[in-house]
Amino acid sequence: MSKDTFKVGTYEFSSRLIVGSGKYKDFATTKLATEASEAEMITVAVRRVNITEAGKENLLDYIDPKKYTILPNTAGCFNAEDAIRTLRLAREAGGWDLVKLEVLGDTQTLYPNVVETIKAAEVLVKEGFQVMVYTNDDPIVATKLEDVGCVAVMPLGNPIGSGRGLANPFNIRVIKERANVPIVVDAGIGTASDAAKALELGADAALINTAIAEAKDECLMAEAMCDAVRAGRKAFLAGRMPKRAFASASSPTEGYIWD
Amino acid sequence: MNILLNGEARSTTALHIADLIAELGLETRMLAVERNLEVVPKSEYLTIHLKESDRIEIVHMIGGG
Repeated sequence: MSKDTFKVGTYEFSSRLIVGSGKYKDFATTKLATEASEAEMITVAVRRVNITEAGKENLLDYIDPKKYTILPNTAGCFNAEDAIRTLRLAREAGGWDLVKLEVLGDTQTLYPNVVETIKAAEVLVKEGFQVMVYTNDDPIVATKLEDVGCVAVMPLGNPIGSGRGLANPFNIRVIKERANVPIVVDAGIGTASDAAKALELGADAALINTAIAEAKDECLMAEAMCDAVRAGRKAFLAGRMPKRAFASASSPTEGYIWD
Repeated sequence: MNILLNGEARSTTALHIADLIAELGLETRMLAVERNLEVVPKSEYLTIHLKESDRIEIVHMIGGG
């Protein structure tokens, strides 16, 4: 069997776990947990430099852009224009063309604003970005985003930071079965079994931040997520047994000593 | 000259973007600059001259999911 790699756009990875870099208590922990996750791709946010704190340490002093594929995001953007500006700046900052587009609808749910997301995706694709797009678990929208030219579609499992797992596993499967681009479950994963489930359903990868950063032991959870994604992927490739309504004996039903 | 830097009014003697970055004591590595909603390529930091009321944004990467 050829090596099972995760291909997205012109990029290729061994790991199917993408991690975020938010919410950690300090940069040292971010670095250690990211190493423990064995992820090769890490999301970052684009924000104004604090001009009164010049010379302060930066995330990228700890997360080496030569070692990791940096995936700039548009977190906090509520319209297409802001998202486009943000990613143009990210590309200028580090030369990154693989990006995570998310355009949010409101601050309470952080659900995506699909209309603005599609608008932004159309512009970014034309400008040569390789767009990995955060969206709802809606198969119709997923297809639309693929048609627009996104290199990966990333349906949410549940709201960002909620840790509630996969709300609608059937839709994740439907999205995957209809897709010709990688499907990444992004948001909602709370613990290892959620990540394994996402990959078992056929998702090509999982994007996880809060579940690792808010674990009591961040590095141990990062390892757990690494294992879970691998286990889920293997189970998906192996092809699971059918579910049955009734029992099916595991031991032979002949050769009993009382026959 | 008065500009709007990262949303705040600022008085500066900087002639161009490179001057402004130096005045702020920032390293150019992994930064990006926007002037009046247009990205300024690093190659133009010395050639683009600041003008009165320019809206400048200077951004970098931070932790995010």
